[in-house]
Amino acid sequence: MEQMRVAAKPPISSPAKIPITLFVNDKEINIALAPWTTLLDALRDHLHLTGTKKGCDHGQCGACTVLVDGRRVNACLTLAVMKDGAHVTTVEGLAKDGVLHPVQAAFIEHDAFQCGYCTPGQICSAVGLIGEGKAKTADEIRELMSGNICRCGAYPNIVAAIEKAMAQP
Amino acid sequence: MINFDFARANDIADAVRRMAADPTAKVIAGGTNLVDLMKKDVERPSRVIDITRLPLTRVEEVPTGGVRIGALVPNSDLAYHPLIERRYPMLASAILAGASQQLRNMASTGGNLMQRTRCSYFYDTATPCNKRDPGSGCSAVHGLNRMHAILGTSEACIATHPSDMCVALAALGASVAVTGPGGGRSIRFADFHRLPGDTPQQDTNLAPGELITAVELPEQGFATNYTYLKIRDRLSYAFALVSVAAALDLEGNIIREARIALGGVAHKPWRDPLAEWKLRGLAPNADSFGRAADLLLRDARGFAHNAFKIDLARRAIVRALTQAARATPQSQSDKKIR
Repeated sequence: MEQMRVAAKPPISSPAKIPITLFVNDKEINIALAPWTTLLDALRDHLHLTGTKKGCDHGQCGACTVLVDGRRVNACLTLAVMKDGAHVTTVEGLAKDGVLHPVQAAFIEHDAFQCGYCTPGQICSAVGLIGEGKAKTADEIRELMSGNICRCGAYPNIVAAIEKAMAQP
Repeated sequence: MINFDFARANDIADAVRRMAADPTAKVIAGGTNLVDLMKKDVERPSRVIDITRLPLTRVEEVPTGGVRIGALVPNSDLAYHPLIERRYPMLASAILAGASQQLRNMASTGGNLMQRTRCSYFYDTATPCNKRDPGSGCSAVHGLNRMHAILGTSEACIATHPSDMCVALAALGASVAVTGPGGGRSIRFADFHRLPGDTPQQDTNLAPGELITAVELPEQGFATNYTYLKIRDRLSYAFALVSVAAALDLEGNIIREARIALGGVAHKPWRDPLAEWKLRGLAPNADSFGRAADLLLRDARGFAHNAFKIDLARRAIVRALTQAARATPQSQSDKKIR
């Protein structure tokens, strides 16, 4: 069998860290990061906000979902330096003055999780979904939440929790 | 992920200049595919050039009657844009059939065109792949090829293009506006992506240093008789086994014009002008649609695990054209067949 050829890698460089400003859960953060640092790693490893979870790290599971300027995105596929100046909301930033966000409260009320690992991503994704205003029916919720995988299979209760949160004024 | 340098382009000319100055650099916008490929060590750019601050975010009607979509318009914004929903609902539907809402929020219009195949051997750097490492061989031809192409394949590569959006753009007859070191030009959508031939490492006909600035839609949007039908292993968030963008211009019970583009079956969205032309003047019924499907698939060739796609594609084409004729397009939320 022909021996596999591996393309020559470019020389490893050590570019300077890039100073950026992020507004994370309404708090201004000034930080210098290497270009290859994902928003997920910046949140977890540099800002110690470990509520946002690393699942697949390839944009397939949704555990890393956060809101960037109000839009839900996969933090694992986002280079942090590209979000200079952006407002980032993580699961830690949803409760206000000790009161849970309606989506958080609905997840508890409907027992919308078992192990809980996907839950921060599910909740941030649901907050994004409600903000988008495109889902009106359970079918539409299921379709527009399909980027969030729950391996415990809590989907029926997740849909019920989102319907409950959506029904609130 | 390897270490790389980072640069932010200030304007289009700056982006083109930076691309031309460093052939090992990669342009980044949404990053949904590129960052993934970098994590897999498939893409190893020396530098990424961030173009997300460029003014390419508009969707606007143009004097010729069509619509111009800036290359940085996110997929989700495009799918929900009133002009697209009203005039090009097949495009909106195709976009919503792909990926997840998080990814659609990130992914750009231009990036959707530039995304690379999801062939598992392309992603696995421990296996030969002519697209990733030209000359190393194709692992899929005699490997696990259930997801692979049945049309336009070559000895070198049987990968498919993964986009849903591009299938609708092909059916609509869009064009791609690009700017490069030699100035700007427009590329017909049918000429944008390539068949693998013996150079599968080249997905598109973009010249080195060329940047997509917009996608342009012609005036005719087929907003009445259309569908985007996607057949996949899960109801949502899965790549197509076969997808069909079908659009008809009907006059009473006669087909004036037909458009059919297939996804999931070739290295590029697959259109066949002969099959479309032969539908002209016919009645929109199962007989006409079946003959069109046979023409579209006349050169189809299956491999060990994907020969089922030939029958699946035939049935999907007939069903999609029937949906288009009845003006009952596929729902991308409840997925029920109507």
